[in-house]
Amino acid sequence: MKRIFSVVLAFAALASFSSAAEAKLRVVTSLQDLSSIAQAIGGDRVETFALAKGYQDPHFVDAKPSFVLQLSRADLLIVAGLELEIGYLPPMIDQSRNSKIHPGNPGYLDASVGCNILQRPAGQVTRAMGDVHPYGNPHYWTDPGNGRVVARAIAGRLSQLDAAGAATYQKNLAAFEQRLTQKQAEWGARMAPYAGTKIVTFHDSWPNFAKAFKLNIVGHVEPKPGIPPSPTHTLETINLIQSQKVPVILVEPYFDRKTPDYIAGKTGAAVVVFYPSVGGTPAIKDYFSLFDADIDAFVAAMKGKK
Amino acid sequence: MSTDSRAASARCWILGACTVFCLLVPAAARAQEPQTPPPDDAVTALRKEIEALRADYEQRISDLEKRLADLQVAQGQAPPALPEETAPPPPPQETAQAPEAVPPAEPTAVAEAPAEPGTGGGGGEGGQTSNYFNPSMSVIGNFLAVAGRNHTENLPATELRESEVGLQAIVDPYARADFFLSFGEEGVDVEEGFITFTALPAGLLAKVGRIRTSFGKVNTLHLHVLPWPDEPLPVVNLLGGDEGWIATGASVSRLFPVGDVFTEGTLQVFRGQAEGLFEGERRGDLSYNGHYRVFADLTEASNLDLGLSYGFGPNGTEEDADTRLEGLDLTYRWKPLQTGSYRSAILRGEVYRSRREQPGGDQNAVGWYVSGDYQLARRWFVGARLEAADHADDETRRDTGKAALLTFWPSEFSQLRAELRRRHYSLTDEDANELLLQLQFAIGAHGAHPF
Repeated sequence: MKRIFSVVLAFAALASFSSAAEAKLRVVTSLQDLSSIAQAIGGDRVETFALAKGYQDPHFVDAKPSFVLQLSRADLLIVAGLELEIGYLPPMIDQSRNSKIHPGNPGYLDASVGCNILQRPAGQVTRAMGDVHPYGNPHYWTDPGNGRVVARAIAGRLSQLDAAGAATYQKNLAAFEQRLTQKQAEWGARMAPYAGTKIVTFHDSWPNFAKAFKLNIVGHVEPKPGIPPSPTHTLETINLIQSQKVPVILVEPYFDRKTPDYIAGKTGAAVVVFYPSVGGTPAIKDYFSLFDADIDAFVAAMKGKK
Repeated sequence: MSTDSRAASARCWILGACTVFCLLVPAAARAQEPQTPPPDDAVTALRKEIEALRADYEQRISDLEKRLADLQVAQGQAPPALPEETAPPPPPQETAQAPEAVPPAEPTAVAEAPAEPGTGGGGGEGGQTSNYFNPSMSVIGNFLAVAGRNHTENLPATELRESEVGLQAIVDPYARADFFLSFGEEGVDVEEGFITFTALPAGLLAKVGRIRTSFGKVNTLHLHVLPWPDEPLPVVNLLGGDEGWIATGASVSRLFPVGDVFTEGTLQVFRGQAEGLFEGERRGDLSYNGHYRVFADLTEASNLDLGLSYGFGPNGTEEDADTRLEGLDLTYRWKPLQTGSYRSAILRGEVYRSRREQPGGDQNAVGWYVSGDYQLARRWFVGARLEAADHADDETRRDTGKAALLTFWPSEFSQLRAELRRRHYSLTDEDANELLLQLQFAIGAHGAHPF
């Protein structure tokens, strides 16, 4: 009896210790972009962990058991949604043994809700179209306007999970929004001279970016989403670039540059490595520097053309 | 034709006609209903309906606007620039997940716009709501063609080896269910059918039903995700045949993290019967399995996965005769996250030992395989496998094999694989050289990528 008592006591001590250690909210996100925004809003009250790294193809993330461990300890899981994570996240949520982060519970936040989502298929969707996302293009965070919507959703959810920090979250949100408004004006001004520029991209990751900065995507190096470039399609792309006088080809950092470089060699278009996510390079350390870096690269390439 | 049978057939006709009539009449009545009012009335009615709908919508929109403004006032914010396009309805999460309910406390009022009726993609119409909760479905075809000579293991020249139908959905806030029905060319097997309790206390995860037991590594995998078109010899000889060890019962597992290293313990209890492996006669003759898994990231790009397994159960050769199984599995993966190079590699190996009590002396059989896969290009993989296994019921008989593989993925949803295989069979003392050509294709819900 004495022993049982001491065991119970030990457990109680352990529990109180661990609750003291859990002062910070643990936020796990699928993308580094979401982590960056969550960190900006949460400040010292949260610690964040992103499953996919910024230089990694967010469609193909390995469901590593070490991620299950992160999820098992999470208070909040923020996903990009629109089936971007379908290849790895659902089984890991089940294995996490953490019902807080199950879809439908406050610890699960789908960041796409409320965002301006493009390319939501209107008619029948089949895989003859490649690896299409039936709920719309999931690369929506490349529009800073959507970043604002995501930041508000995160602030709301953090306030709900940690009411004591609500004032801090609202204050941080206001600061984030103010900075974003200022940055949006700056980015808009830098991109304004290139409004209407025709571009070709490797994967269809950029419709939101193109819409936000008034670029005109005329084609893709991939014949269909997720299908690698074929010789016929490469020829078509070369013709397209020549006939439409496309100055740049945007390539995500996780794709092979061989075909884009070949096309560039034939047409004189410039290949620009365009980072879709925070963490794509060490310099891209937050949501703001993501746009800074991409716009720098774009402007540099366009200046080189003139 | 005799009068009797003629009368019978006449009765059949009358019955049939009656049935058809009964079925048609209500349908025809339904079809005629909309035509009963004169056309002018119908137009007026329709117009009224539209007017009513419009009024309703305007009311709702103004309500929403008011709520939005109220919220912003409450937060002391200027009204934000709303996105140009209307907010989309929340998509069903990952097909198998229940749609997320937007909590009412959300300050982002824009997120609540999807609550409007009529925008709920397909779910809006009354008759469709039942479909909304249908399980996500997938079918995976596994076609195998074989060339070469083999008198011992005589695979057909061409075969649709398996059509695996997967049905998966969330049951309720506490559980999800997964069914995998494996159709051969004739007949069906429930390969797996289980419920997983995902919201248990104390970090437990429980499965109940028919499952592939957590013994070793490949035994837990479905045929279509194996890195080869065939099961390796240790599974065939020591785990009861091509299917491996599939059993019906319950499984409980828990995480035991050691710092940031993932470790997981699993305990499983099954009925004492599993095809080719266990044959308990009494209800109390159960089979058991325990598995311990350790996973560690060595670097960002490489990791090590280690498993220890121990299982036992009655083998039915005589009263209280057991078969005891021990397993060790090791997997090393290397895959740079920056996938532009399209290079990756996996090395895996397993050793099983089976100790079988049987009349005439206990048999102590060992089996193993080692296999490697290397990614050459975005869609091309080469691989090799070495294998050897004693027979569970005769430790003196050992089969061996080696194989070379080439795999091509046209897309994420189809796969072509060729295996050049040489196996030595101890029973017939035969060396068989074969070429196995496998074509796999998946339709339906996008499943998770195996890891």
